[in-house]
Amino acid sequence: MESKEVLIEVKNLKKYFKVGRKQVLKAVDNVSFNIYKGETLGLVGESGCGKTTCGKTIMGLYDATDGEVIYEGENIHSFNTQEKREFTKKAQIIFQDPYSSLNPRMTVGDIIGEGIDIHHIYKGANRKKERQEKIFELLDTVGLNKEHTSRFPHEFSGGQRQRIGIARALAINPNFIVCDEPISALDVSIQAQVVNLLIELQRERGLTYLFIAHDLSMIKHISDRVGVMYLGGLVEFTTSDELYRNPLHPYTQALLSAIPVPDPEEERVKKRIPIDGEIPSPINPPPGCKFASRCSLAIDKCKEKMPEFKEISHEHFVACHLVK
Amino acid sequence: MNSFESNLNVVQNEKIIDKNMFERVGTKGLSGEEISKPSLTYWSDVWRRFRSNGLSILGLILLVLVVATIFVGPLISEHDYQYINTDVKDLKPNSEYWFGTDDMGRDLFTRVCYGGRISLLIGLCCTLVKFIIGSLLGALAGLKGGVIDNIIMRLAEFIGNLPYLIIVLILSVVLGRSIFALVLAMSITSWVGTTRMVRGQILQIREQDYVEAAAALGSSTGRIIMKHLLPNTLGIIMVEITMSVPGFIFGEAFLSYIGLGVQAPKTSWGALASAGQEQLMFYPHQLFFPCLMIVITMLAFHLIGDGLSDALDPKLRK
Repeated sequence: MESKEVLIEVKNLKKYFKVGRKQVLKAVDNVSFNIYKGETLGLVGESGCGKTTCGKTIMGLYDATDGEVIYEGENIHSFNTQEKREFTKKAQIIFQDPYSSLNPRMTVGDIIGEGIDIHHIYKGANRKKERQEKIFELLDTVGLNKEHTSRFPHEFSGGQRQRIGIARALAINPNFIVCDEPISALDVSIQAQVVNLLIELQRERGLTYLFIAHDLSMIKHISDRVGVMYLGGLVEFTTSDELYRNPLHPYTQALLSAIPVPDPEEERVKKRIPIDGEIPSPINPPPGCKFASRCSLAIDKCKEKMPEFKEISHEHFVACHLVK
Repeated sequence: MNSFESNLNVVQNEKIIDKNMFERVGTKGLSGEEISKPSLTYWSDVWRRFRSNGLSILGLILLVLVVATIFVGPLISEHDYQYINTDVKDLKPNSEYWFGTDDMGRDLFTRVCYGGRISLLIGLCCTLVKFIIGSLLGALAGLKGGVIDNIIMRLAEFIGNLPYLIIVLILSVVLGRSIFALVLAMSITSWVGTTRMVRGQILQIREQDYVEAAAALGSSTGRIIMKHLLPNTLGIIMVEITMSVPGFIFGEAFLSYIGLGVQAPKTSWGALASAGQEQLMFYPHQLFFPCLMIVITMLAFHLIGDGLSDALDPKLRK
């Protein structure tokens, strides 16, 4: 396990959006972590905490305000147009909403084949036949029929559409996929189907996932390591087992206490740590620890000084003054 | 705790459901993924809905009739639209001259047909120019945003606020009175609305995930416009097109009516109406027939446009 190879290194990544003339929304503020080859990195946090922005910035869909994303030794944010195009072959994304992520005017075959068309993957005389065969193969991989090639997205169910989205991402053989809450728009029976498909694909193709979700039990199921985000920053980052066994940050503890336990006896005695109040606006974040305003354990220092993101034990990073 | 236990007892007393009572049916491989409904493309679905609307079909029939009359009519009537025969001046409609004759003895039916060709041609040309300029600029403004958006929209506001008649006058002085000048003058001021509409649509569509997915796959901006943005705005553009053709026909009629439009010996519905108006007191049919054609054509286009906008609106989908 120790010989892990770093695939992507995120260094002090920042993504700010201008809101109005003077105000700045800090969607992702100073985030650093590594993604190892072949692992699934889970990213959790409540709505609006910057998980999606973080994922999209890492794969270059958004330009970073500051910081670096280093993929195999190169900073993807310093790529020129040609290099960016090449990079899209390596990093792909699966979207949250299977209804808006497929163009309603294109057939499933064209949707899946779009990457093949853009990158002219097949050259020579039988490129049409090869493209067709690749599409059939992909449809088969995600559990759909050959006959579905000429169908339009509106003829499919949510789960089927999500699998079409997965097939599209796989078409150009990427090795890194950002899964942007790929299951939160699906109902529970379909969630398992899609997640298991993703796990199976990872095993077969050695894919690396950045799995964004807000469902903690799903993250536990799929991830090797987990990062917990709050208001644009990482508050805790460690292996999946360690996080669930020994959560250190008060926010993580509160989140984990909210997972329902499928045992009525235990659920009844379980103590929930409530979080009061609303998430503060990321436009004018308070100085000091961002979570201080809602933290039950906050001390004066928390409101004044931003805690450092430090390694407490091996592979376990926390940003909190109270954790020593 | 107590109520929970008592509930459990009730269930146990009544009947015990164990798993032997169930039979596993399962699914047959991939058969659950099959779609039995025949594959309908987007446009065949639109056509199915359009067809079910009686009024829009009436519009389509009227339009076909008008177009057929315009192109086949002169062949059947066997009159020349320019041939002056002073013996048959100002005749009422009869079996020889179906729409009667004008003050120079020319067959009005043939003239209405030839005039219709010019009117329709102008209507279609202007619409084409308006649609091309409008949708390209609108797409560019919506997609690029920022400075480009500002420049295009301010230009649109500037052009849109220029008095239309003055532009026509200036252009007809500069370019002479030709059909080309007329088309140019009418379309140069008209693309503004299309630009605004397309821009609004694009602003909405570019936030869709499939556009982002295309960008993630490495699509160029041009490809995104052609493959994703325009096809998805096409529905609304189609309605706009059908609605603007009659507008241009009417605009041309208006300009010809006040003497700024098509020049003799060419003619158009507007020019014919203008000529007929002089004879209104004595020979009202000379005004009636060109106007009738204008009315029928405009009605047809409006009915089709109305039907199309209903057929294209997915919210009305059954």
